[in-house]
Amino acid sequence: MTGGAELARLRGAVPAKRHNARTIAALTGNPGCTRRAVLDAAGVDKPRLAQRIGFPSSFGQSRFALARGNGFEAMLKADGCALLLALLRDTVGLEAPDVGYDDLGSDADDTLAARQARTRELLAGAAGAALIDHPLLTLDVAGQQVFLEPDLIALQVRGRLHVVEIKSFAVVDGQADGAKVSGAAVQAAVYVLALRRLLAELGHDETLVSHDVVLVCPENFSLRPTAVVLDVRKQLATLRRQLTRLASVSGLIAALPPSVRFDLALPPAELIAALDQVAARYAPECLSTCELSVFCRHESAGTTATLGRPVRDALGGIETIDEVLAFAAGTGEPAAEQAEAAALLRTAARLRAEALTR
Amino acid sequence: MSTLTALARAQAFACGRALPIATVRHLHVHDRPLVLVPLAMAGEANAPLAALVGTDRAAPELLVVAQPRNRDQRFAFAAALAERVLAYLDSCIGETEAVAVDRGRDVRHRYVDAPQLWVPNTGGVEFVRLLGRSTRFRSVDGEYPVPPSVPLLGRWLTFFANSAEMPGSSLLLNAVQALGLHWATGQSSVEDAHLAALLAWIEPPAGRTGVEAARDAELQPPAGPATDPDFDNAVLAPLMSVPEPDVAALTAVLREQMTPAWEQVWRSLDLLRALPAGDRVAGRWDGDRDTFSAYVQYLADGGAPQPRRDGAVAAAARLHRLENAAGRYAVQRAFDDPLVMADYRLTGQAFTGRVTLADPDRVDDTGKRPVLRPRIMVATAEPVRVEPGATLTSPARPAQKARVVSLTPTPAGTDVLLELSGGMGRKLVAEPGSVPGVGEDLLLTTLSEAYRPGATFPDPADTPWTHGGPPETAPDLSPSDPGGEDAAGA
Repeated sequence: MTGGAELARLRGAVPAKRHNARTIAALTGNPGCTRRAVLDAAGVDKPRLAQRIGFPSSFGQSRFALARGNGFEAMLKADGCALLLALLRDTVGLEAPDVGYDDLGSDADDTLAARQARTRELLAGAAGAALIDHPLLTLDVAGQQVFLEPDLIALQVRGRLHVVEIKSFAVVDGQADGAKVSGAAVQAAVYVLALRRLLAELGHDETLVSHDVVLVCPENFSLRPTAVVLDVRKQLATLRRQLTRLASVSGLIAALPPSVRFDLALPPAELIAALDQVAARYAPECLSTCELSVFCRHESAGTTATLGRPVRDALGGIETIDEVLAFAAGTGEPAAEQAEAAALLRTAARLRAEALTR
Repeated sequence: MSTLTALARAQAFACGRALPIATVRHLHVHDRPLVLVPLAMAGEANAPLAALVGTDRAAPELLVVAQPRNRDQRFAFAAALAERVLAYLDSCIGETEAVAVDRGRDVRHRYVDAPQLWVPNTGGVEFVRLLGRSTRFRSVDGEYPVPPSVPLLGRWLTFFANSAEMPGSSLLLNAVQALGLHWATGQSSVEDAHLAALLAWIEPPAGRTGVEAARDAELQPPAGPATDPDFDNAVLAPLMSVPEPDVAALTAVLREQMTPAWEQVWRSLDLLRALPAGDRVAGRWDGDRDTFSAYVQYLADGGAPQPRRDGAVAAAARLHRLENAAGRYAVQRAFDDPLVMADYRLTGQAFTGRVTLADPDRVDDTGKRPVLRPRIMVATAEPVRVEPGATLTSPARPAQKARVVSLTPTPAGTDVLLELSGGMGRKLVAEPGSVPGVGEDLLLTTLSEAYRPGATFPDPADTPWTHGGPPETAPDLSPSDPGGEDAAGA
């Protein structure tokens, strides 16, 4: 395990950025990226880091979207979750007639410890049907304890616990935006994993937590809620594998030279030099998930990776654009494993030139 | 992603501007298209915020919804848009032409013109689909009445959105996809989705490389329908969070935000018009005119709105049509465009060679009747991945089939012996020029334009149990609670 001291040294004199389900989910998106893993493990404020080195990115969220999301959640949870309970009774068969509802308080940093303790207490006694609002779970990510806040945990549906995830994107005629659904599924899987670890700690059977999570969304063009059950077994498997691999980040951090520091007070040139020490694996998809992506894109200019995964694959996995063009022109010296790709590129270049001069 | 297109992207990066991946235009560009640049409110399922619409590049009409969450304003927007769209559709309905059907035993009529709708990107297509879905079931009476033009608009928008899924259809096009079909940039397809950046690669300003120009372009407002969150928070929210929004001010900021996208769509049209159309583009547009004419007729006959979801039989039939269209479109593009055909040559599904021997008068008299079966030998240096017995075609003589008799490896490549049938006239002597002569360069491919008959599907009442069995009731054509669907959001 990496000591907190080493992480603090990397980060400098600012409090660590807290991980959340969203950032953990993002880690599964580009598992090969050491830079992201190290920065996230150290709790570096990536948006500010990107700003400081002159590659700011825009990851703002519209106030309108936030307002709608909050409005939808508030509506569901009004009157002791009346609307949500009715919905859960219908979709997952939350059975008991009088369901307990525990709101563990608002989402604020100073209530963390209390909420976590209360969550443990409620789950330790896990009896009777109940909804737990604002629960707090923890998960070890790369040797660092991360607090997680699922929207709700619904207890005791045929003896099992379900994670309930409330999202404000619409389900129109039974269909929703695929990217948003898969994002929600990974997030929910993070909660399921955390909940399972907690139950195991408390001496319960961890399979009490169902891999079926409930996704609650507005239906069609109204705010009327609808609930669907998602099986997140696949996401759970990915996540487990990812977290195991992340554990090795501590080793990576320990191996970094002491000069590598991401203290935002440092001059930008030093920060960039530090970033150079930690390899990134840039892919265009990073642009929508990672705050540092604009810098990584700039840094990897000239590589086939910047053209996207399908292009890189079609080019035979050759690393740089210069190499590709040299092979296509027949001037490069392909290594043994590149020979086939180089021959294909030469043919492709000939065919392209022929078709264009016709 | 084919290796040729991937190589074009690498070359585009190196030379600092987008490079062509097509030598002809593969879609129809209308002389008078209707351009629609929509903007939707963030977070909502489909709450139109504004739209620039029109057929005149110099005079876009801006429709604005001051309070997108307000149901009445939303449908007022739909009615206003309907006025523009339906007027445009009406302008396409007029003169008809007769088309022979059933081998000339009958005729049917289709409109000489058809509409063409342009949006900036695939998000725009999705906007059209959702707006169609949210309006086509609206009722003109009852608790929440809307003008009759609103459900009609919904049906038409759904018609356009459905046709956009049909490969090769040019009824609803989006600029990003249309440009991406003809140019490869030196960036990823993720970045190409930003229309301004894509155009910057195709036409970088003098002295700037594609990368530099694209970086500048990324700072321009997005081409919708999603808004820039910073614009939402800094500009829109203060204007809209008051009880009576200042419509004039709102209109001004939205116009400024959307005008770049409007210009970009028209610029895309210019670029595409500058390319010569492929030979088979007009044939596909004929198909679009058929589809349009049929839907006009369907609506005139009082046809119901498109169902929320297709039944099992309808879905299977539609999938079959889509697959057929995709196959036909791929073949037609390859036949029209040597650069697209080059993809197939690279994979060995097509090859070029020179005719070294020809026996144009060969007659096969082993059957009941003697038939003309000329043979030719084609020598090629390209990889040939076909088996004896395979049937090949040449784009130069699409009606003629060439059966592979034998393949003989030679020091220079392969000698392919072919037996020809069809496309040579009805006599036992081939029409002049219908059999390739010695010395002619030929391109042969396994791709075929041959007519593929439609599959037969059971009547919906005979839906097999594997597909859910016959539907219990007539397909659900109305929402479960007309009008109430929006009540919560009002």
